[in-house]
Amino acid sequence: MKKKLFIAFLLVFVIAFVLVGCSNSQNEEGKDANAAKPETKEATGSSVVRIAMSTEIDNLDPYKSAATDTGSMMDNVFDGLLDTNPKGELVGAIAKSYDISEDGLTYTFTLNEGVQFHDGSELTSEDVVASYETLAGMNGGEPIVAEFAVIDSIEAPSDYEVIFHLKEKNSAFLAANIVAIVPSDYEEQSSKPIGAGPFKFEAYKVGQELRLVKNENYYNHEKIPQIDEVQFKIMPDQESSVLAMQAGEIDVLPGVTQQGLTQLGDSINTVSGPQNMVQLLALNNDVEPYSDLKVRQAINLAIDKDTIIDTVSEGNGTKLGSNFSPAMEFYYEPGLEDYYATNIEKAKSLLAEAGYNDGFQMELTVPSDYQFHVDTAQVIAEQLSQVGIDVEIKMIEFSTWLEDVYQNEQYDTTIIGFTGKLDPYKILRRYVNDYERNFVNYDNEAYDELIDQALRATDEKDIAAHYKEAQRLLTEDAVSVFISDPDRTIAMSNHLEGLNMYPIQKFNLEDLHYTE
Amino acid sequence: MKKSQSIPWRIGIVLVICLMTMMIISFFYTPFGPNEMNTGSRLEAPSFSHPFGTDNFGRDILSRVMQGAQTAFLIGTSSVFIGLMFGFILGASAGYFGGWVDEIIMRFIDAMLAFPGILLAIMLISVFEPGLKNTIIAIGIMSVPGFTRIIRSSFIQYKTYDFVKASVAKGAGALRIIYHHILPNAFSPILVAATLSFSGAILGESGLSYLGLGVQPPDPSWGRMLKEAQPFIVTAPWYVIIVGVIITMMVLGFNLLGDGIRDKQDTKA
Repeated sequence: MKKKLFIAFLLVFVIAFVLVGCSNSQNEEGKDANAAKPETKEATGSSVVRIAMSTEIDNLDPYKSAATDTGSMMDNVFDGLLDTNPKGELVGAIAKSYDISEDGLTYTFTLNEGVQFHDGSELTSEDVVASYETLAGMNGGEPIVAEFAVIDSIEAPSDYEVIFHLKEKNSAFLAANIVAIVPSDYEEQSSKPIGAGPFKFEAYKVGQELRLVKNENYYNHEKIPQIDEVQFKIMPDQESSVLAMQAGEIDVLPGVTQQGLTQLGDSINTVSGPQNMVQLLALNNDVEPYSDLKVRQAINLAIDKDTIIDTVSEGNGTKLGSNFSPAMEFYYEPGLEDYYATNIEKAKSLLAEAGYNDGFQMELTVPSDYQFHVDTAQVIAEQLSQVGIDVEIKMIEFSTWLEDVYQNEQYDTTIIGFTGKLDPYKILRRYVNDYERNFVNYDNEAYDELIDQALRATDEKDIAAHYKEAQRLLTEDAVSVFISDPDRTIAMSNHLEGLNMYPIQKFNLEDLHYTE
Repeated sequence: MKKSQSIPWRIGIVLVICLMTMMIISFFYTPFGPNEMNTGSRLEAPSFSHPFGTDNFGRDILSRVMQGAQTAFLIGTSSVFIGLMFGFILGASAGYFGGWVDEIIMRFIDAMLAFPGILLAIMLISVFEPGLKNTIIAIGIMSVPGFTRIIRSSFIQYKTYDFVKASVAKGAGALRIIYHHILPNAFSPILVAATLSFSGAILGESGLSYLGLGVQPPDPSWGRMLKEAQPFIVTAPWYVIIVGVIITMMVLGFNLLGDGIRDKQDTKA
């Protein structure tokens, strides 16, 4: 009996050591495999790029899919009237140009001629009208794209011209036109999607992979992809996808951690940059003591964002001061990130002024699915203990978080990341008093006014000025603690390069090419 | 008793005493604050100032392991207590009274056993909210069936002994017989079961905390530390190894101890 136990014990140790040994030797093997890579590519003849994706596809139909990752994969199959460049500026795609009337109520798009869907049929204004009627909910039902609710009527005077008449001025309308255009009389988007993008849908195996092939007839000749075939492999576990990349089974890894990078060493090319996300410690402005401006300012002063970036993001992040990332350069108000430079003494005196000499208990609800936010919570708990605030971390599942915190606003404080949107209105609308998802419960008429003015304005500069002013208000009122925009790093095998970072989760594979 | 047989038991004793000492010391002294972060010294390898190295927040791993021992012992002791209390009530009644009482209780226990323990615990914690108290309750409930079965079988065994029959003849009540006559005799299997279940409880807590359902951060728990160490398994292997070895020591120690107690009883019988 005891002998058995001892053998079992010994075995555990032997296995443990073998495993540790393995990880080292795998490192070297991985490098060798990578070094041998270009040869295998030439041997097979056609170029296949394998990309790891962490989440399952929710729906192939672009109008029915809600998942961000699915969107960034299928974006390669579909094109919209407009597209975005890496700076977040709108550029023409299917539409070669657009014109906005003086009163801001009529938008005229001129389409490129000779655009073909993947089935060979030509894309004309008829398809655009049909797509937009579905998107705007004009055939009954809710609009799929909320911004399109403002569309009053659509006209197609010729095959290559579409005119939108809006009910009222809305500066957020334009940026929404990046949405996919689909063939008007095609009903099998969910099983075999057809678009006009640079890649064609080839096959999809649930839980395994999505295969796309190059669209030789892509209308934008400069952007016909170099890569013949792309295989998205579904790999939910971050660590195993790093190992797969090491072993040469994966060529591109979107979203790799610092640890993963260390592991991969110099066998890869990387691009990284802010992802237009806002990670924040949201304070429920309707709940005591966070309804008190001084308390909120004290919390802002006590939290050292640099430390959070250095530890949790391992130095790869951009410090924020308001609910806006510098990834959207044109609308970003710089200089707010140091508005509340860490000052423990000042924080303490502010708390004392607010009547909390001995500090208080803070309940911090964190979605447990995100280790990133859980780690941030631990650092914040430590930092706030210096001013006498006793943080109690409460971890809940993300689905519970969505219901309790995001919808029902049953919380004191929470940590979450808002993913990037292309339109500043969608980002800053979160703090407008009557917006239903204003779960921070910020209530400031001046702010609502600014956002409304930005929406009604027609001049780009005016719009930006209003949004900048709004960002400043959020900081001055210490609405929440805006922490950072964590960098996203894309790793590519060293025979690939060219992918770009976009302010929305976008994965433009036509940019990808082989190194010389 | 042969000397060779007692070696594992001695190792068990040494392991348990070592960890217990560490836990007791942690009440008065830890080298650093267990939650104290020092971002300047992240993921440092073991050294003189940090014998076990530091974690990704620059916290001293030794201090956290020591503090974590408190959690481990607390959860072990209290969940065994809960399991034992309910297990005794159920097992003693089932074993002593037999018949339909036995039938009802044991079918209920069978139903509980039908769920894997950890699944039952996860279910309980998802219904209530995660935290130390609910972890203890969940692990306690998880160990009830095991105790019930062991206690029931010794009660069935002793019920037929002459000394019990004699007390029944003298007119002793059921409670008196259960407490004064059978319990002292059933003590040793219960002790063995309790010791073994202690290590089970520690494993259970580690598992739950690893899944993020047990002890909540920033308070250290060995399971949570394992989870936090996982992303750094290649860059800072000592973190995960040290925590893994400590959990192994604890579980092994209590297992050996339990085995040793049982062997001693066997030779006596």
